[in-house]
Amino acid sequence: MNLDLSPEEEAFRDEARAWLSANVPREPLPSMDTADGFEAHQAWERKLADARYSVVSWPEEFGGREASLVEWVIFEEEYYRAGAPGRVSQNGIFLLAPIIFDHGTDDQQRRWLPSMATGETIWAQAWSEPEAGSDLASLRSTARRVVGGWRLNGQKTWSSRAAYAHMGFGLFRSDPEAERHRGLTYFCFPLDADGVTVRPIAQLDGEAGFAEIFFDDVFVPDEDVLGEPGDGWRVAMSTAGNERGLSLRSPGRFCAAADRLLDLYSTVLEPVERTAKSADVVDAWVRAEAYRLYTWGTVTRLADGGDMGAAGSVNKVWWSELDVALHETALDLLGPDAEVESPWTDGYLFSLSGPIYAGTNEIQRNIVAERILGLPREPRG
Amino acid sequence: MRFELTSDQRDFMSTLDGLIASSDPVAVNRAWSVGQTEPGFDLWKRIADMGVPALLVPESEGGLDASPVELACAFEVLGRHAVPGPWIESAAFLAVALDGKDRQEIVEGTMASLAVPPLVPYAVDAAEAQRRYVVVDGRLHRGEVKDVVTSIDASRRLARVEPAPDGLMSARVHDDRAPMPKTGVERPLEGAFVMAVLATSAELLGAAERVLDDSVTYVQQRTQFGRSIGSYQAIKHQLADVRIALDFARPLVYGAAVDPTLRAVSAAKIQCAEAAHLAARVGLQVHGAIGYTAEYDLSRWLLRIRALISAWGTPAYHRETLLAELLDSR
Repeated sequence: MNLDLSPEEEAFRDEARAWLSANVPREPLPSMDTADGFEAHQAWERKLADARYSVVSWPEEFGGREASLVEWVIFEEEYYRAGAPGRVSQNGIFLLAPIIFDHGTDDQQRRWLPSMATGETIWAQAWSEPEAGSDLASLRSTARRVVGGWRLNGQKTWSSRAAYAHMGFGLFRSDPEAERHRGLTYFCFPLDADGVTVRPIAQLDGEAGFAEIFFDDVFVPDEDVLGEPGDGWRVAMSTAGNERGLSLRSPGRFCAAADRLLDLYSTVLEPVERTAKSADVVDAWVRAEAYRLYTWGTVTRLADGGDMGAAGSVNKVWWSELDVALHETALDLLGPDAEVESPWTDGYLFSLSGPIYAGTNEIQRNIVAERILGLPREPRG
Repeated sequence: MRFELTSDQRDFMSTLDGLIASSDPVAVNRAWSVGQTEPGFDLWKRIADMGVPALLVPESEGGLDASPVELACAFEVLGRHAVPGPWIESAAFLAVALDGKDRQEIVEGTMASLAVPPLVPYAVDAAEAQRRYVVVDGRLHRGEVKDVVTSIDASRRLARVEPAPDGLMSARVHDDRAPMPKTGVERPLEGAFVMAVLATSAELLGAAERVLDDSVTYVQQRTQFGRSIGSYQAIKHQLADVRIALDFARPLVYGAAVDPTLRAVSAAKIQCAEAAHLAARVGLQVHGAIGYTAEYDLSRWLLRIRALISAWGTPAYHRETLLAELLDSR
């Protein structure tokens, strides 16, 4: 049992640290959910890609470095320590790409992955529907077989990045007779296709971080179906595991935030705030450290051939609640200045979405109770 | 990078677990709690024969030269079975702090206890133990029982200990100008203190895992309104939160075992105390009234957990220590 990095891993870390320290923008970029900010974040992705840092774990032919899981975690740690911008390409590179690698054809891999790696094409996810949230299998948007492809109809919502993104991916009911998890198909489609209407939705911070997508007889050719028609649920579930599990929320993000919280604490002079919040400051650091170490355990198990399984749900509850608590603590330390717009208020508003997206924390607790503790399953309506 | 127990470490845990489980440890705990010490001494001997007090002792002194990881493994198992006796004091603190003949005694299975007032004001089972020690002004002394007090956990038989006449074990002259470290022990004893906090954390983890296991079993057996209470979301979510809290306490314990520093063991103790507290509260709540009885075995762990939360540094102490360390190193 050890936490030592090999000389190669240390060299990888040093190189990444040096590049990031030389290249991370000094000033934060504008919000990626504005037109200007979206472009600025795309330009940052291009810069990362030119240095082969945008998708370090991918094969070299698609723009990666074939980094190991350990190196990927190291990179993420360095990325957030350097205060680098949020990843506008996140939905594509972390949620969709693993599916394209596992289920995509050679043609799909060649068509979609390189421009995803450079940030030229930004992908938005289209999972939820107005009547299908936690109960995703109750979705109603349809796909109808036509010559050479399919016609999509219906509505998706809460689609992150869809306001400015170029492509979307999601599940549609391709067999009207089938129920729930059966008869669903996984589609990829351009967001400017005929019949697609995107209506941005302002989030708590006022920016259009997600959108509704309306489908009116949208044609999708057969070559843009991911996996087999009717097999969409199984294909999609590998994404859900990724989103909840290791990929989306690397520990580096929380360790860096906990360090910034300590910096903030050391500048707070008001004795009342210091005394009242010191335990919360320590706890935020402890929980981030626990998450960092837990991740090394996960990495070891995955390297041994294990899978995330339901542990992704344990993970998701932890980081999402840590993120909220950490930012609440920061705002409390700011005293009456807490309400003044700052990186802390931005981070706080973002953290509030964590316990909801990627499967609400209530759904995650059901999964932990049923699949890990072995308690009886929830009755299904 | 391999952050998982080795198969040898897992085997060690399961052998120790089997040895203790086959000794009716709950009955031993209950007997110890009312002053019947014979079964407790028997179990102590069996665990000592497996090498637990020798783990941190170098081979040259008859020890096993094992790592703090094995120590954490052992204390997780001890916590799982609510084993009585001053194990933290003997196998973690004194096995490191003592030398020569005194340490040899520990390796051979002598039951020894100690206090480090004011942080650790009482020595567990000091009247029952064969050797007593106390740290005064940062230095280790042989001790004598001053008076006994009653713990919330009757299987921890507490006593105040005072230095024996001519009991000072270190000839080193204390430098009065140097501030006393916050641990209350002089620097040479700091390693022993770190091991005691690590062992306490691991014991809390093991005790909490046991409470969760027993609670999960119970809620599937207990039926109300025609279905098992474990099928209600109000119960499931509480138990899921315990699972999650423990899953994130464990890496802090083993992370501290791999890199044993004051900072790391403070973090482990904070999280283990919090997770175990949650486990105890939820465990009692989902058991209902039966869990509130002394007769039901759950009581052993509920009381042990509450006692250990404030043992070897309270949560407030460890938070303050850790915060100071973190701010200092910036």
